[in-house]
Amino acid sequence: MSEVLVLVDFQNGVVKKPTFELLTLAKRLGTPSAVFIGGSGDAAGVAESVKKYGAEKVYVIDDAQIKGYLVAPKAEALQQLAEKVSADSGGLAAILIPSGAETKEIAARLAVKLDSGLITDAVDIAAADDGGAVATQSVFAGNYTLTGKVTKGTPIITVKPNSAAPEQADGAGTVEEFAVTVSDAAKTAQIVATQPRQATGRPELTEAAIIVSGGRGTGGDFSAVEALADELGAAVGASRAAVDSGWKPHSFQVGQTGKTVSPQLYVANGISGAIQHRAGMQTSKTIVAVNKDEEAPIFELVDFGVVGDLHTVLPALTEAIKQRKG
Amino acid sequence: MNIVVLVKYVPDATADRRFEQDFTVDRVEIDGLLSELDEYAVEQALQLKEKRPDDEIEVTALTVGPEKALDAVRKALQMGADKGVHVVDDAIAGSDYLGTSLVLAKAIEKLGAEKPVDLVITGMASTDASGSVVPVMLAERLNLPQVTLASVVETQGDQVRIKRDTDAATEVVGATMPLVLSVTDQSGEARYPSFKGIMAAKKKPLETLSLSDIGVDAGQVGLEAAYTAVEDATARPPRTAGEIVKDEDGSGAQALGDFLASKKFI
Ligand SMILES: Cc1cc2nc3c(=O)[nH]c(=O)nc-3n(C[C@H](O)[C@H](O)[C@H](O)COP(=O)(O)OP(=O)(O)OC[C@H]3O[C@@H](n4cnc5c(N)ncnc54)[C@H](O)[C@@H]3O)c2cc1C
Ligand SMILES: Nc1ncnc2c1ncn2[C@@H]1O[C@H](COP(=O)(O)O)[C@@H](O)[C@H]1O
Repeated sequence: MSEVLVLVDFQNGVVKKPTFELLTLAKRLGTPSAVFIGGSGDAAGVAESVKKYGAEKVYVIDDAQIKGYLVAPKAEALQQLAEKVSADSGGLAAILIPSGAETKEIAARLAVKLDSGLITDAVDIAAADDGGAVATQSVFAGNYTLTGKVTKGTPIITVKPNSAAPEQADGAGTVEEFAVTVSDAAKTAQIVATQPRQATGRPELTEAAIIVSGGRGTGGDFSAVEALADELGAAVGASRAAVDSGWKPHSFQVGQTGKTVSPQLYVANGISGAIQHRAGMQTSKTIVAVNKDEEAPIFELVDFGVVGDLHTVLPALTEAIKQRKG
Repeated sequence: MNIVVLVKYVPDATADRRFEQDFTVDRVEIDGLLSELDEYAVEQALQLKEKRPDDEIEVTALTVGPEKALDAVRKALQMGADKGVHVVDDAIAGSDYLGTSLVLAKAIEKLGAEKPVDLVITGMASTDASGSVVPVMLAERLNLPQVTLASVVETQGDQVRIKRDTDAATEVVGATMPLVLSVTDQSGEARYPSFKGIMAAKKKPLETLSLSDIGVDAGQVGLEAAYTAVEDATARPPRTAGEIVKDEDGSGAQALGDFLASKKFI
């Protein structure tokens, strides 16, 4: 079976869950190989994690020369790796890349470089009868489901978090260092300063099983939203109105210009349900809302809704959950 | 200085967006408009023009799309762009990211041959495809630096610095013009066209280009030449509204708790 390259999502010293989801999807298409672009000191740890999800090989690309630059050098490095693997083994089944702001851009440059088709933000991948990859996408604010294929070159597919349940599998996890030569032309956009985001101690928005969100209706006081989130082990989200008011940083924003999420449960509090917000959460499995206004459009998509003041309903709910837990 | 702003004509998100028989986006029957997210790109171009009067900045709004896509260019002209360029050709219909970015790149090269382009400014994503990939593909094709997803833009001479929020950090990124810049909806409210602006737009130069004008072979783009094929498009069944209760003396929290328990969330 031909190889499937999976770009490892590595942040703050750990391999993120979407990597395991992608390795799981990759197995449907061929033999999964993980690609780690990062510090060589982290490589052994990465290999340990990814082999548990079936990675047969772990290509390590040392990023010492390129980490201060935006996207282009990484795309060049991946191009060189893809061409080599392809030449050695007679073709690549696919290249799977986690959907993130930076990684999508890597995928975009790679598609031009490899003269290959690109599908973005897939929510599922299956093997096609003819051996290719069929990707499922959710488009138009989640109102349509598309299935499609790459018809030219090596399929490059970016995949959203939560697109598959990670399945453990024994992979050899053989580490292969891959040396790249990155051109000066790729090193033109320099990262001058980086300020890592403060850890919230809560699950990541895009990976969380439960999200509790607050909007303008919180009036800026997120304490009831956060207390409920912590009782449920949930991530905290926000509408753009709450972000624009400066109540939460942009990294909390759910919606068209924020994060697209698809948790098991989404709890919208004091959020009216504008189309741009719905675009980011409409595909959640279960949706509930608390809103003072019974006419609020959010109630059109809920499985359960409470017309009421979030500042009284949420604390009472949090208390009730505590008591149930005993 | 020469700025090209990319403006895409998209189906209105509040209308019933849908697909044609061949699974291309219906861009004709559904009312369309300038993608809201590209208004931020136009705004940043105009702000630069205002901030740097000595550079005699010319702002060109460029779109690739069907006849009606001209509306997107018109809106940009009304906001204050100086001239418009519309690439329209039946052969372009159904192009994917690679096709669209090729046409845009060739059009920008053509504009650059007349007068070098210093900055290409785009939106963060189109509101229909929402790939956020065309700007980067352009940078790749034009061999230009990319500074993307800017929430704050600063320039000095030929230096550009932006602030951007990534998944893990806030970054400052710098590069030298010419380059491709994409801006987010955090970069600053876009202006509304004034009455004066609307009147002035009518007299602004508009250029229409076909594929042959920009040196692209019809066989390179469009649905047939696309690198991806949509095989099926199904409307998601609308969510059926669930139970709605009114909170009275704590009954709301109780009922919601019961619901969550019935679904095994608690
Ligand atoms: C280009 C563009 C991109 C956008 N992208 C996004 C995006 O990514 N994400 C996003 O969220 N929005 C986005 N928006 C904005 C969107 O259109 C809405 O303006 C926004 O979602 C509204 O936020 P909200 O629901 O919190 O505020 P509002 O619409 O003001 O709603 C507040 C709600 O709170 C309720 N309320 C008030 N007090 C209480 C109380 N005490 N208890 C319970 N309920 C209460 C009110 O009844 C109301 O329904 C975008 C807009 C544009 C133009
Ligand atoms: N057909 C087009 N015409 C003009 N600009 C476009 C077109 N397609 C994409 N763009 C630009 O590229 C940005 C990102 O598009 P996308 O990659 O489709 O999300 C948009 O915000 C536009 O600025």
